[in-house]
Amino acid sequence: MDRNHLLRQVAYMKNSLFDQGYLDREQFTQLEELQDDANPNFVEEIVTLYYNDSARLIQNMEQTLVNRPIDFVRLEEILHQFKGSSSSIGAKKVNDACTQLKEYCSAENTEGCSRTLQLVKQEHAVLRTRLETYFQMVREAG
Amino acid sequence: MGVAAADSEFHVLAVDDSIIDRKLIERLLKTSSYQVTTVDSGSKALEFLTTNPNNHQEVEVNLVITDYCMPGMTGYDLLKKIKESSLLRNIPVVIMSSENVPSRISRCLEEGAEEFFLKPVQLSDLNKLRPHILKTKIKHQKQQVQGEAKQEEEEEEEKSEFESPTQQEQQQRQPQQPDNNKRKAAMEEELSTDRTTRPRYNDIATVV
Repeated sequence: MDRNHLLRQVAYMKNSLFDQGYLDREQFTQLEELQDDANPNFVEEIVTLYYNDSARLIQNMEQTLVNRPIDFVRLEEILHQFKGSSSSIGAKKVNDACTQLKEYCSAENTEGCSRTLQLVKQEHAVLRTRLETYFQMVREAG
Repeated sequence: MGVAAADSEFHVLAVDDSIIDRKLIERLLKTSSYQVTTVDSGSKALEFLTTNPNNHQEVEVNLVITDYCMPGMTGYDLLKKIKESSLLRNIPVVIMSSENVPSRISRCLEEGAEEFFLKPVQLSDLNKLRPHILKTKIKHQKQQVQGEAKQEEEEEEEKSEFESPTQQEQQQRQPQQPDNNKRKAAMEEELSTDRTTRPRYNDIATVV
């Protein structure tokens, strides 16, 4: 397939991710600017690192909501870490869901926390799929 | 007195408990041509700063950049420990935080942090680092030169009889330092006085 065509597809996918609010344009672009000949896969590497690390954090958050009594302080601590790394890779929808979860956590609203944690997981999973497709296309385009 | 222009001569110690943020700050710093060491806690940072495995200072840290929120020793705690240490207090410290809390920012700046960056940190933020590193390096080199010159001078005075003051000696007549041992302490005194009287309002503006 024509390389230019592939490159256009990559650009199109990326813009969709920005326009649909999955990725923060500024932050993701900043990550791409950090790539060079010596570090050509930095963005994919850091995203992979994020998904490995955040899977653990989500599990830990779920565990806090299972325990009784619920340790909302601990939940907020884990959430703080998770939100931080989500923000570092520009995961916008995930980040927004985290903000909602944080509010329910501060209010010690169990039902609200459970609900929004599910939302966080959902957004987290959707973004992962979108990014996997995106990086595959990037690799194909060379 | 050649002050090195190349940033690759400058070594930054980055402290963050998040593996993602460590990777990011490392890449940001390397892209800005700094040598980087990353550690995941304040206690490891202090260990790195104070350990000289070969018994001489090969690894000189020119700046510490640390996350604020870390389990155990926070970035603020680390900042305090660095500024309270006679060995380390000259090292410029920058704090990073994902939260924009004005009282937190003021507290850090008052404790001696040079800058406070909001996360995620951008390349443009790192452009603010060099002046802080250079200022400290120039001060250090000046004092080293003054120190060496004074030492030579004192050695000469021992040899010869009374001489009229040389130009160098006149330049050094700042805080009166009768002997070599007190010289270092007095230098540090000078530095810490400078630090506390420096106005901070400019720095707060950088956060917005």
